[in-house]
Amino acid sequence: MKEQMKKIQEELDQDIINTKSLKEVADLKVKYFGKKGLVTELTSNMKELSIEERKEVGKLSNEIRTYVTEKLSTIEKELELEELNKKLEKDTIDISLPSDKIKKGSRHPFNRIIEDVEDFFVSMGYDVVDGPEVETDENCFQRLNVPLGHPARDAQDTFYIDSDYLLRTQTSSVQARTMQKNQEKTPIRMICPGKVYRRDDDATHSHQFGQVEGLVIDKNVSLADLKGTLELFAKKMLGENTKVRFRPSFFPFTEPSVEVDVSCFKCGGKGCSLCKQTGWIEVLGAGMVHPNVLRMGGYDPEVWTGFAFGTGLDRFAMFRYAIPDIRYLYTNDIRFLEQFDRKDEENEIK
Amino acid sequence: MKLSRKFLSDYIDLDVDTKQLAEDMTSIGNEYDSCSKLIPATNLVIGEVLECIPHPDSDHLHVCKVNVGKETLQIVCGAPNVRKGLKVIVALVGAELPDGTIKKGMIRGQESNGMLCAMSELGLEHKFLKEEDFTGIHELSQDAPIGEDPISYLKLDDEVIDFELTSNRGDLLSILGMAYEIGALYNKKVKEIDLSFQENQEDINTQFSLEIQTENCPLFLAKKVKNVVIKESPDFIKNRLIASGIRPINNVVDISNYVMLETGQPLHYYDSNRLGNQIIVRMAKDHEKLTTLDGQERLLSDQDIVIATEKEAVGLAGVMGGLTTEIEEDTKDIIIEAAIFHPTLIRKTSKKILRSEASTRFEKGLDPKRTYMAIERSCHLLEKYADATIVGGMVEYNQIDTSEKEIKITLEKINQVLGITLDKETVIDIFKRLGFSVIEKEQIIVTVPTRRTDISIAEDLIEEVGRIYGIDHIEGKQMILPVVPGKVNKNNRQIRNKLAMLGLNETLSYALIPETEVKKYTTDQFEMIKVLDPMSEDRNTLRHSLLPSLISIYEYNKARGNKDICIYEIGKSFGKVDDCYQEANHLAILMTGTYTLGLHPKKVDFYIIKGILEELLDYLGYQNRYSLQVQDLPSELHPGQSASIILNDTKIGILGKIHPSVMKDDAYVLEMDLEKLFSFRTKAMQYKEISKFPGIIKDVAFVVDQKTPASELIKWIKKEGGKLLKNISIFDVYEGDKIEKNERSIAFSLVFEDATRTLNEEEVMEIFNRIIATVENKLNARIRDK
Repeated sequence: MKEQMKKIQEELDQDIINTKSLKEVADLKVKYFGKKGLVTELTSNMKELSIEERKEVGKLSNEIRTYVTEKLSTIEKELELEELNKKLEKDTIDISLPSDKIKKGSRHPFNRIIEDVEDFFVSMGYDVVDGPEVETDENCFQRLNVPLGHPARDAQDTFYIDSDYLLRTQTSSVQARTMQKNQEKTPIRMICPGKVYRRDDDATHSHQFGQVEGLVIDKNVSLADLKGTLELFAKKMLGENTKVRFRPSFFPFTEPSVEVDVSCFKCGGKGCSLCKQTGWIEVLGAGMVHPNVLRMGGYDPEVWTGFAFGTGLDRFAMFRYAIPDIRYLYTNDIRFLEQFDRKDEENEIK
Repeated sequence: MKLSRKFLSDYIDLDVDTKQLAEDMTSIGNEYDSCSKLIPATNLVIGEVLECIPHPDSDHLHVCKVNVGKETLQIVCGAPNVRKGLKVIVALVGAELPDGTIKKGMIRGQESNGMLCAMSELGLEHKFLKEEDFTGIHELSQDAPIGEDPISYLKLDDEVIDFELTSNRGDLLSILGMAYEIGALYNKKVKEIDLSFQENQEDINTQFSLEIQTENCPLFLAKKVKNVVIKESPDFIKNRLIASGIRPINNVVDISNYVMLETGQPLHYYDSNRLGNQIIVRMAKDHEKLTTLDGQERLLSDQDIVIATEKEAVGLAGVMGGLTTEIEEDTKDIIIEAAIFHPTLIRKTSKKILRSEASTRFEKGLDPKRTYMAIERSCHLLEKYADATIVGGMVEYNQIDTSEKEIKITLEKINQVLGITLDKETVIDIFKRLGFSVIEKEQIIVTVPTRRTDISIAEDLIEEVGRIYGIDHIEGKQMILPVVPGKVNKNNRQIRNKLAMLGLNETLSYALIPETEVKKYTTDQFEMIKVLDPMSEDRNTLRHSLLPSLISIYEYNKARGNKDICIYEIGKSFGKVDDCYQEANHLAILMTGTYTLGLHPKKVDFYIIKGILEELLDYLGYQNRYSLQVQDLPSELHPGQSASIILNDTKIGILGKIHPSVMKDDAYVLEMDLEKLFSFRTKAMQYKEISKFPGIIKDVAFVVDQKTPASELIKWIKKEGGKLLKNISIFDVYEGDKIEKNERSIAFSLVFEDATRTLNEEEVMEIFNRIIATVENKLNARIRDK
């Protein structure tokens, strides 16, 4: 018996050296553990043995069974690993080849700016109001203290549709609308972004462009409040370090009126070509709502004060995305549009 | 407004440099465009030509020895008038002239250390130059001091600030107005203007009559002077005019301009003998003609004011005088006119005919006190510089209120509006600096001089305080207001985000398009909205459909070789309906070329744009509420590949292929009225129970007539499927050899499910068979491969 076992062991060792594939491992399993397998054979004559002998043979055959099983299992694992590695090797791809493209879409810079402006003012409790682009002369001019024949109409060459209607030259028209619409004459905080039209077309002007108007009416509103508000707005749109400067100016619908400059975001105020060496860029017109405008809107100027401001949206888009020419915004070359396909950074102008 | 520093200095003493003055004026609201020297050239000296010999290698050049004081320079000169003994303007080596820097050099072998200058080379505007200023070097008079600055010698050493004034500050279109403003800025007194002159014993009123026939001329003054001597103006007058941008002509004409610049009151001088002894101010007749000073014949209307004699119009009031009564070399006697005309009418006339220095001032409104002052100043200067005899008396028509305005204000109001805390003394001091008189009672009572036509209410005074105090000194405050959340409609934003994710690019185009495009791509009934005065025929009407804009964007890109154009825009659609101007936000999409989303690039077809529509409407919350119907389609769309979009029985838009006769390229478009769309409310997103029980899937392929739309099959399948039919999908559409020619096979996969229990095969089969029977029956269909 022991001799037989030794023979099996030796044969197995030799077999394992010659084994090169999992198929051969399977064959060996049959050779040793099959019905007529070498290990199986060892216990084939158990019935003929005495109890003592059975115990002896049983013990020895278990030993050899364990031995063979372990050996076969080891070689099987080795071969399996080898095969897996071969498969991985075979499956290796060139990751530098191009991806399956997913078409990119974009949102226009003009509307991106509007969304930012809206989000900022909504966070400050302002409502975003929409107004018609075909507007009455009354709302666009007369209710803003610009009567017929007023020289301020010259600066805004107007597209008229008939004697009463025009394409709005300024989003300020929404001021007049909002005041009239507010029947209860409660405080107002609103902005109105939108398109405006002027008979004017050159390198720096487009006959259609964007503006946003802001209006606050409340009790005891001051020019200092206006400045504080615009400081926050400028920082949001142009960066944390932006400073705001007020210069007196004239608009028929505000008194006092101011032009608002922001420190040049490009040079930080040192002077560069963008700010024409002044360190400042004019971005807004603003002021305290003229008592005539309040009165026409149904607000008693003895009780209420307010401020209003207006700014061009196209310029902010040009600043933020470093667009050199306003006309690019309206040309719609797909190579231009496709560039605006990602998320915006906060305070992107650096 | 060009402000000459020298001119200004006649009325106020300045101790700041000109650039600083410009900056300081800007800070109080008077922006400047430029600030520069009248003659920008540098490094010039007066020299004397000591020797002038012809250049050995040239037929026109001369080699000169020029004494410039410290030294004698050799300079080669090409001017025909260069000669020995001439006093000349020498640009030394290093001089900066408008055409470049002067360098030491060799000219045809002869050393040249500078340049002898013509007036045209120094940077003065051409309109101020005479012919000889271009043809030869400038000849200075013999007393010119060698080695000195020729610009100072010529009294052209002036500096000019060009202001861009706001439209309310007409008062600053005068040297005096500027002096008062700068006086307030630096707290300085304005000097008196000399208005003295002698009158003779005559009285103009006995010789001359005035008739004002229109209410548009509230003030008219006329004064006569005699025996003027027409000659060249003294240098100071010429130079101040040049610095102010006005070309000198002769002493009389120059004085009228000079006084206008000083006082802001435009004047007109008539040749009295040509005019006659009468002036009528009236509105022009329609189609009346007048030849103005510049020789042009002008066609007038009844909106223009004219100055006339009984015979004819002799001047266009406020804009330009007429040719027939012009001051000429032989003029002896003059009628001086100073008047105020209706600003709006002058603005209209000048806009139509001609913008002049005079009209610019009339348009802004004038100070009646200056009207009188301008007459007196004219007399003073004409007496002094044109040897005039001043005729006594003045013809006068005055309907204007010349009293000064009184405005009441409180310190509290000023501080409240500006958001600062000034004390009373500071505020009163500011008013006094501005030349306003102040009475202190409970309120501050401010009397404003008539020159400040822009000030009429308390808020105007608040602005004055803010300006002079320094509006930028106001510190920004953080407002404390009740916390009320702001409202914003984000619908359009949601659409933009979704479409960008679906690979479309957003455009921004003009609302004004050619009239011929406006009725396209729509079946809506509306009148076009045209602008009265378009800039071009390409932009004369407001668009109704946005698609013509997108199509021109497509063509623009195609011309540049850009492919695969998939674009969208949200914008207003305009139209006049029932006499009302209406506008509504529209969404328009155009897709061409190939479209890639996921693995397979695909040529854009109807089903892709339909997919975009469904993706979008589902995303916006309108699942299962819309359908496509082939009805009411614009003729610009392919009749077999387009549809109307119907939501709750309302047409909200169209989609489809552009008709091949309209566009050769395959292009697919969509347009939706967003106001209509969003007028249908959507339900909040809510969780639905997921079935724990497995569904049963049944596949079936129907063969139907080619023309039967899939939507018909779906309709009947849904109807018979009932509640248990959870999902229908089409997985194959077949036309070909295996079925009849005019047939089509559509294969469906149907999912049956009940969230509360497991369905058994028998009940599903019963429904399935019913579906098959109904579809076969209703649509004349048969099951494929049966």
